[in-house]
Amino acid sequence: MSTAANAGFSLLANLPALQVVVPMVAAPICTFLRFRNGPWAFALLVSAATFWIAATLLMQVLSGGVISYEMGGWAPPVGIEYRVDEINAFVLLIVSGISLIALPYALRSVEREVPRDKHHLFYAAWLLCLCGMLGITITGDAFNIFVFLEISSLSTYMLLASGRDPRALTAAFQYLVLGTLGATFILIGVGLLYIMTGTLNIADLADRLGPVSDTTSVRAAAAFLTVGIALKFALFPAHFWLPNGYTYSPSAVGVFLSATATKVSIYVLLRFQFTVFGDIPAFAELDFATLLLPFAVVAFLVGSTVAIFQTDLKRLLAWSSIAQIGYMVAGIGLGGVDGLTAGIVHLFNHAITKAALFMAAGAIFLRVGSMHIDKLAGIGKTMPLTTLAFVLAGLSLIGVPTTVGFISKWYLILAALQHGAIGYAIAALVLASSLLAVIYVWRIVEVAYFREPATDREVAEAPLSMLLPLWALTIGCFYFGLETGYSVDIARAAAQSLLGITP
Amino acid sequence: MSIETHIQLALLIPIIGLVGIVLTGRSPNLREAVTLITATANAINVWSIFPAIQAGARPSVTLFELLPGLTINFTVEPLGMMFAAIASTLWIVNSIYSIGYMRGNKETNQTRFYACFALSISAAIGIAFAGNLLTLFIFYEILTLSTYPLVTHKGNEDAKRGGRTYLGILIATSIGLQLPAIIWTWNLTGTLDFVPGGTLAGKVQGLSAGLLLALYMYGVGKAALMPIHKWLPAAMVAPTPVSALLHAVAVVKAGVFTVIKIIVYVFGLELISTESATNWLIYVAAITLTLASLIAMNQDNLKRRLAYSTISQLSYVILGAALGTAMGVVGGGMHIAMHAAGKITLFFCAGAIYVALHKTEISDMKGIGRIMPVTMFCFMIGALSVIGIPPLGGSWSKFLLMVGAADAGFQFIIGVLILSSLLNVAYLMPIPLRGFLLKPAGAGDGPVRVQEAPLACVIAICITATLTFVLFFLAQDIFDFLLPITVAGGGQ
Repeated sequence: MSTAANAGFSLLANLPALQVVVPMVAAPICTFLRFRNGPWAFALLVSAATFWIAATLLMQVLSGGVISYEMGGWAPPVGIEYRVDEINAFVLLIVSGISLIALPYALRSVEREVPRDKHHLFYAAWLLCLCGMLGITITGDAFNIFVFLEISSLSTYMLLASGRDPRALTAAFQYLVLGTLGATFILIGVGLLYIMTGTLNIADLADRLGPVSDTTSVRAAAAFLTVGIALKFALFPAHFWLPNGYTYSPSAVGVFLSATATKVSIYVLLRFQFTVFGDIPAFAELDFATLLLPFAVVAFLVGSTVAIFQTDLKRLLAWSSIAQIGYMVAGIGLGGVDGLTAGIVHLFNHAITKAALFMAAGAIFLRVGSMHIDKLAGIGKTMPLTTLAFVLAGLSLIGVPTTVGFISKWYLILAALQHGAIGYAIAALVLASSLLAVIYVWRIVEVAYFREPATDREVAEAPLSMLLPLWALTIGCFYFGLETGYSVDIARAAAQSLLGITP
Repeated sequence: MSIETHIQLALLIPIIGLVGIVLTGRSPNLREAVTLITATANAINVWSIFPAIQAGARPSVTLFELLPGLTINFTVEPLGMMFAAIASTLWIVNSIYSIGYMRGNKETNQTRFYACFALSISAAIGIAFAGNLLTLFIFYEILTLSTYPLVTHKGNEDAKRGGRTYLGILIATSIGLQLPAIIWTWNLTGTLDFVPGGTLAGKVQGLSAGLLLALYMYGVGKAALMPIHKWLPAAMVAPTPVSALLHAVAVVKAGVFTVIKIIVYVFGLELISTESATNWLIYVAAITLTLASLIAMNQDNLKRRLAYSTISQLSYVILGAALGTAMGVVGGGMHIAMHAAGKITLFFCAGAIYVALHKTEISDMKGIGRIMPVTMFCFMIGALSVIGIPPLGGSWSKFLLMVGAADAGFQFIIGVLILSSLLNVAYLMPIPLRGFLLKPAGAGDGPVRVQEAPLACVIAICITATLTFVLFFLAQDIFDFLLPITVAGGGQ
């Protein structure tokens, strides 16, 4: 690569490559570390490094504009280009940040839920999954997206199945089938685009697609890509792999994946929808994001409704995730700066909210040994800090003002109101869905605080290694709900750059 | 200290008190001392803001700016000042009463009770000082949530059912109706601030104006406009101090206070008085105040009768605001204060009867005036004030409401108000009359042994009963204090 004499300079210039290379190289090393807590400490260290890289990249983008990095010195469109702009720098930060904060939490959860002789493999899979998600996000090459998608998917199957619960195996298999289906669709879409344009570079695709855009092949490519990606982020009705996956996997996996995996897939949707197909007149009347809107509305209504009737806390949270994905896609489907801002900022807001909730659920699982809601009676007295964090993060899930959830819904509703009668209906449905969220969060509150704890077993407060990350995220839910300068401004800048508006 | 500091302290002192109450929970005497000290400090602090507001200042504090134009802001104006002063002052009296009641009744979970009470007061002051709809909405929800454990305090099935109705109606209306109304307002005007003269004038008219008003009026479920009044009788399962301060003063008054705020500072009196599509509110309020009085007559449970009476009295305030005239609004605002003093006395008496004699049904209260003479005498004072008989506070606000109705050209409202006063007589006066004139059940011809509630309860009852009398002579001051809110410039 670069032969610059100044090593420090070269490090900063090669950050886009290091973002992916560091966790990729670290994963196999991790499998050799078989002493106690070794794999965990190493994964934490690597995660901290990737987070630092992501943060630095975001600052570089915000101050200096889009970064284009030529992998191996091969100039695009022949070589693979890594391209960092506001939106994917933001997603990189979310993914690596969640990994960094979930790992300290994972220590106790993994000790309890993953067999000791598999710890090195677990953390290797974690790092590979991180590498895959970062790769999907950072690359500017359509085929490269597929490659990293496979890396992240394969490691996700491992993570999901790594727990002791045998039901996790069927859940992982379910995800394997659907995930493969989705990946195949994406591959077909990318292949069709390659046939029509002769390029795989995303920026180049957007330029060359113009003359051939009004063909069945390109429309088919867009259809395959949209459906394939929607499968990956579990949009209703392609959602049924998600509840089982999050319910039966180790708690730390639920925290990590619920906050990152679906977000990355939504980013890919944004990338294809706006950067590749955005400027094409033929797509003005057949806009796939708008086609997803009804599915998004059904997703948040069904997700919230089904969540009310769950008796397993993790499954309840998983169904609520399906609803929240609906909000993000609804924002994207509504379009415009407000709609996209709502969708993008909700990537971040939901990541910290849902990660906090899954952390609280995992901490309760560690102590109580069950996720059945009836077993949580009186948990507000025995685990006061964990329960309080759960309730506060639950407020953010509902969208109470002063939380991040409110900011997302505020933009979502403002975007909806710009669409006339249908928009008013969507705004009303968003509020109805929030009311449903009140009900399912309140169910937990009632059980936790207003029922007497079972006396046959002493339940202790969660360990500090779980409480600290949990509370960091919970405070984040409120901090970023009050000081919206960071998240909303970045999301708005990302929305404007996707729409090609210069601020 | 600057006045802005006092505003922030008004929210903070009850929270500090809450921490103190939780920490001293093991020692009841210390805990009650903390409550009393906090309540007193809080009232002194709130009253220290008063002179500046009277002089025409409108101090403002912005804590956070969520999004451009969307802030957490506190701005004190006369109406909010009055509400905060009422809530914080009566908290002291109510705390004295609570000590007598809770101990006399040997209630459990008293630490939770006092802690939630402190939080509710902080929320009520947040509502009083809120400078925009968003801030008001946040504290409105906090007030709902912090009073839920108080409503379900007894923990039995009845309490849980009542609590569920309470929470269900209040949360569903606020998120389902009030929040959409707030968003709609933002969409129309781009601001949620309370501005003298209103922000909606010229932005909304005709059917939309009527609909938006409906979203607000039914979104503010705490104002108990029919047909969403059911939560208030349901909340009567709470211990009486809760019914007294929260469901006769803080919570319900927060509801009608919000109604006046929205009509005066968001719609503007100009819009309300000229737009005929908003007149429905006058009729609905008139129907509510009559119907609720009629229902009250049929309630044998004393607290439920008082609850329906409260629903009726709340609609006086709504009616005053709905008329859209200066006299109506000031009369409605004044009625918040007058009714607070009268109704808290009545609830205190109901609780005292329960503590001393364990009676809840009016039919069992024959001759009770001979057993509890002080309590029954104060009950009569409170009842006369609620009915509106001079020289008690309630007479002035009803008089102003009638003037306001005449100004607005709704003469029939005067008739409604007179009819309602007669109904008030019919459902309130039999209680003291039967108490004093009839003999207690099972008593012989000899003298009856006096058996009052604990001293702390009796002291509190006497204070609030005296207050209804004092307020009669303060009416002119309250009138002068509130009048600036009806002027578009805010009277600065």
